[in-house]
Amino acid sequence: MDANEIIERRACISGIGQSDIARRLNRDPLELTLDACLAAIDDAGLKVEDIDGLSTYPGLGGPVGFSGAGAVSVHDALRLELDWYDSGIETSGQLGSVIKACLAVAAGLASHVLCFRSVWEGSAQGEKGRSAVMPGGDGRGASRAPSGFMEWTLPFSAPSAAIWVSMFAKRHFHLYGTTREQLAQIAINARANAAHNPKAIYTEPMTLDDYFAARMISEPFCLFDCDVPCDGATAFVISRIERAADLRHPPIRVEAVGTALHGRPSWDQFDDLSTMGTRDAGAHLWRRTDLKPSDVDLAELYDGFSFLTLSWLEGLGLCPVGESGPFVEDGKRIARDGVLPLNTNGGQLSGGRLHGYGYLHEAVVQLRGDGGARQIAKSNPQVAIAAAGGGNTCGCMLLTRE
Amino acid sequence: MSRAEVPFRLLPELGGSSHFFWTSGERGELMFLHCQDCGCWIHPPQPICPRDHSKNLKPDVVSGRALVHTFTINHQPWMPGPELPYVVAIVTIEEDPSVRLMTNLVNVEPGDVEIGMPVRAVFEYHADEDGDVWIPLFEPDPERS
Ligand SMILES: [Zn+2]
Repeated sequence: MDANEIIERRACISGIGQSDIARRLNRDPLELTLDACLAAIDDAGLKVEDIDGLSTYPGLGGPVGFSGAGAVSVHDALRLELDWYDSGIETSGQLGSVIKACLAVAAGLASHVLCFRSVWEGSAQGEKGRSAVMPGGDGRGASRAPSGFMEWTLPFSAPSAAIWVSMFAKRHFHLYGTTREQLAQIAINARANAAHNPKAIYTEPMTLDDYFAARMISEPFCLFDCDVPCDGATAFVISRIERAADLRHPPIRVEAVGTALHGRPSWDQFDDLSTMGTRDAGAHLWRRTDLKPSDVDLAELYDGFSFLTLSWLEGLGLCPVGESGPFVEDGKRIARDGVLPLNTNGGQLSGGRLHGYGYLHEAVVQLRGDGGARQIAKSNPQVAIAAAGGGNTCGCMLLTRE
Repeated sequence: MSRAEVPFRLLPELGGSSHFFWTSGERGELMFLHCQDCGCWIHPPQPICPRDHSKNLKPDVVSGRALVHTFTINHQPWMPGPELPYVVAIVTIEEDPSVRLMTNLVNVEPGDVEIGMPVRAVFEYHADEDGDVWIPLFEPDPERS
């Protein structure tokens, strides 16, 4: 193996699948997970017995609803016979699990790796919303704060990433003059695209007035700057490129991935809170390809909070550092008929918090030209970026169509 | 701060390497781990200095002076805690601006908080059968305003 080889190019996305998606389905999350997995395998034109690898994020654990199934559950339910498997949360964002699958097929450890991400946060939180799964949310004096990062947040009543990321946004506003009107465009654009996604959670149109009328969560974030918890699962089949030639769809090539994190892996000690880890992952991706940001036809960028999309625009060099606010300002550039269509399925803000995998799914849909009513205006898109995570955990993938 | 004004807080565990941090407020002092060989301030506490890998570390008192690096006014009732809205901030300590603390700002109108504002540590006492805790909060510093 040539040490300079961009090894991820030996991998491709051969199949994609999604379960039903809704605010609350109240169904067995493993069932949703398997629905997505079987859909992806079928979409690739493969059979379950062809799958010889398995990868997922985050595995079991975390708050209730955060993970619908671990690797073992899917491995056993489908009676897979695996040559390689992996699961875990300490990786380059949610897509780190897909990137690891690319490396596994490139290295010859497996030929067709099934990847999945499954959530049931909507049902888990029920009518009480996110506070239902927060530490201490079930009553006073319940326990002490755990050690680790939460030791430094919970005593200050700062249990949510909404609070941490709102402070990144505030810092960006301070340094660059970014405004809530600009931030609103991320939410408004997502909602406009969600109207054409049959699986999206929120589809009614949103105006700037609607945005400013929403209740404040943690300034500058209002409700519409925060993604919507849901139930649903997304899956992919990652195949070694020479094994994908005869499959159902033309393969979507992996041109380059970005996995770097050079700053401290911390939500508050990272050197530049206005950029966070998108800076390192984005730069890493462009060091691994001759393509340029100007070659990108569409971008599916994490919007767990609206500001994280601005952060990815800058981290990936799709606009200069500090200029993401003006870049999205009137929404025209990022619309489906703009120069850089963004979050074309409604993202997580309106499409639902599928947690990272939804962006990659939509990038493949658009590159295949299967977007239907939400297909971007430019014909024959060739290059797409999918990026997931934010804060101190970021990963991104540059995709091309054969 | 009178007892009646002290809000519920999920208190930290005191059994680990950060015990000094949560209890030095009894003396009105803010402390951070400090490399005795190279002078590096280390936060959160860890067994070795990140700069020279020395294990010759001990907590030392800092001035308690800090600057507001960024902040948010939180309106959402995530968990029992201070009266809404409350200010969560990340402050940088005077001795080393790369050392940050997430904290709450108190004794200030939320609308008056600005990035760059000089602040100083104050401590909120929590008596607890598992060990008393002094939570370091920050307020505007009248000597540097
Ligand atoms: Zn040292």
